[in-house]
Amino acid sequence: MAEQNQGKAVQTTGHAWDGDLQEFNNPLPRWWLWTFYATVVFAVIYWIWYPAWPVADSFTKGIGTVTYQRDGKEVTTHWNARAELIEEMQTGSETMKQQAYLQKVAAASYDEIVNDPDMMAFTRSMAKVLFADNCAACHGVGGTPARIGLYPNLRDDAWLWGGDIASIEQTIREGRNGFMPAFGQVLGEDKVEQLAHYVLSLSGHAVDTAKADLGQAIFQGKEGGCYYCHTESGKGMASQGAANLTDAIWTVADVPGAADDAARINAVEAVVRNGVHRQMPAWSGRLDDTQIKLLTVYVQSLGI
Amino acid sequence: MSQSQLYAARTNIYPRSVSGRFRRIKWAVVVLAYGVYFLLPWLRWERASGANQAVLFDLAGRKFYLFDLVVHPQDIFWLAGLLMIAAYLLFFVTGLAGRVFCGYFCFQTLWTDVYILIEHLLQGERPARIRLAAAPWSAGKIARIGLTHVLWLLMAFVTGLTFVLYWGDAPQLLGHFFAGDAPFAAYATTLFLTATTYVMAGIAREQVCTYMCPYARFQAVMFDKDTLIVSYDEGRGEGSKGRSRLGRQLKTRDARAEAGVGDCIDCGYCVQVCPTGIDIRNGLQIQCISCALCIDACDTIMDSLGWERGLVAYSSERRVTTGEQLRLLRPKVIGYAAVLLLAVGLLAWSVAEQAEFDMSVQQVRQPIYVQLSDGRIQNSYEIKVNNKTNRLLTLRFRAQGLPPGAELDFGRFEEVSLQPEQRLRLAASVRLMPDEFDGHSHPFELVAEPQGNVGIAPLAHPSVFFVPQKEPGR
Repeated sequence: MAEQNQGKAVQTTGHAWDGDLQEFNNPLPRWWLWTFYATVVFAVIYWIWYPAWPVADSFTKGIGTVTYQRDGKEVTTHWNARAELIEEMQTGSETMKQQAYLQKVAAASYDEIVNDPDMMAFTRSMAKVLFADNCAACHGVGGTPARIGLYPNLRDDAWLWGGDIASIEQTIREGRNGFMPAFGQVLGEDKVEQLAHYVLSLSGHAVDTAKADLGQAIFQGKEGGCYYCHTESGKGMASQGAANLTDAIWTVADVPGAADDAARINAVEAVVRNGVHRQMPAWSGRLDDTQIKLLTVYVQSLGI
Repeated sequence: MSQSQLYAARTNIYPRSVSGRFRRIKWAVVVLAYGVYFLLPWLRWERASGANQAVLFDLAGRKFYLFDLVVHPQDIFWLAGLLMIAAYLLFFVTGLAGRVFCGYFCFQTLWTDVYILIEHLLQGERPARIRLAAAPWSAGKIARIGLTHVLWLLMAFVTGLTFVLYWGDAPQLLGHFFAGDAPFAAYATTLFLTATTYVMAGIAREQVCTYMCPYARFQAVMFDKDTLIVSYDEGRGEGSKGRSRLGRQLKTRDARAEAGVGDCIDCGYCVQVCPTGIDIRNGLQIQCISCALCIDACDTIMDSLGWERGLVAYSSERRVTTGEQLRLLRPKVIGYAAVLLLAVGLLAWSVAEQAEFDMSVQQVRQPIYVQLSDGRIQNSYEIKVNNKTNRLLTLRFRAQGLPPGAELDFGRFEEVSLQPEQRLRLAASVRLMPDEFDGHSHPFELVAEPQGNVGIAPLAHPSVFFVPQKEPGR
């Protein structure tokens, strides 16, 4: 260092340790010290403005405030990041844009929404969140429950209660009561088995044809009376929420997951024996009209 | 000295003006940079859609307009390319010619130059400024110094305001700014930049380079023995007995050589013009920003004496110590240049070859497949398309590489029209009865074909169709 300044000896701190150990002193610019004082001033302002010091089991709240809406009422609280986030989500520019779009969708008819790619894209992303909050607990995040037998799969093309917009809206608004009586006591085990063979034959599974023929008589006769709801052809009836038994879709008996023919028979037998009682609650009291509209369009579009 | 000072007061620097080759280059750079910076936001640009400002960074609309180029958020990797190019350019230039950026192009240097010019116009040349600073406060001193600061603040304000104009429609934003209803960010940014420009260029000046700037420190590590540096020819300047003023017997070079005195007449001009207040005759120092004004100063003196120039000149460490010639083309410099050219080429290629629209296809993973009532397997996809042109773009989708009988369903949107600059998310599904349930993902391509004779090539995006291991229910 001394060399660099050519003869002008650099100052030392003026203290010698161990006889000859000295420390150079290259003084810091004085304004650098001022920036330190500035940070001190900043800290004091911060303490006054924001929550800062712990005091007993509380803390100093600061004089800064945030005002936001809670349940339609204005709430003013000491400054905190959570309240500021709520305020931002209520009044931010992105929220305003979302609200404007939401009003557009609310005013549009179902026909207008499903034919407008832009409104559909908005509906899908809005309703995805609504679905996750309200529906996914039973139907699964993607509209597919964890396994067959729990709740209907909304991603396939089979609809127990009808797949048109009006039916889906009614389902969401008013809920549904899915009910099939238990036939175990009424028919006895043999007939339950015969029915199971017949039901599986409807969707083309390999079965004992003799048993299936007996089952058919029960199904289409007064004894079982299955055709009341499932119709004579077994294609089901949307007004009753009765499943189509001739297709590949199973919503109660886990036939697709069964390992072999015997397991499939067992799965169907269990349903015939014990009946079905499923309920979907009504959402009209919990969701507003626009939310139900978004969900209706979304649920219908899940099949794509 | 018994009581040493831990903090030093600043020594004010009053650079003397100088004229010469490098000063002319530096003024040219100032004029060019200011011309571009202050006028660019006002340049209008015809576009079929979007803003009509040549350069506009539209954050709210998430688009950057650069003349005929519109940069979308997904092009952000260009920024990475640009930053890499900037870094390599810095390495290349610094390796070759030292702190060229500091001396000629850094905005700290440019703005300080202009602030010193203002100071010079109002308070006079260096001796006058020193006298004024030392003089007791009077009405005249208050007026001169006050006016200097007013002009500095005005300059700072115009600088800050101009920066803000790049982020919105300039004429409109300026109107709102003075009407008081511009966005808060506009006022905050202007205020911040006004304050920093005033403090950095007016007050802090060389201390920014010496104490704050990281480039000043790390550029030094890119130096080697052949890097161009501004240096003093010590052998010529000092002779065998050191430098000396032009004394009575020391007026000619011959006389000086006889007396063992070098060519440096110790006039101090090179020290007086230095904006960082160093003496270049002490060798290369961390404060030196390579502005070359000391070269101009010394050249002026040498010219007036009729002696040859170059007592202070661009040189290299090797040349200073051994007297060898400058070696500009070195492996390091060539390597940097090659990488730089490659990066520039890649970025230019990427910008020139960008598609007119883009598409991404994402397979829905939850559920990954679903069985339909007729037994077929369905996979669903989320498609994003983005029209980057400023025309209406109609796209039609088809799948390529799927087995026969496969059905592609876009619902009602097999053909969609995208407004200029419109982005759209679509849902689609593919249904098919697999020949074999193999538990594999089968690749195919989703193709978006622009409709009508628009001269835009179709885009194909790869995706997969998942077939379960076992047919459900069988």
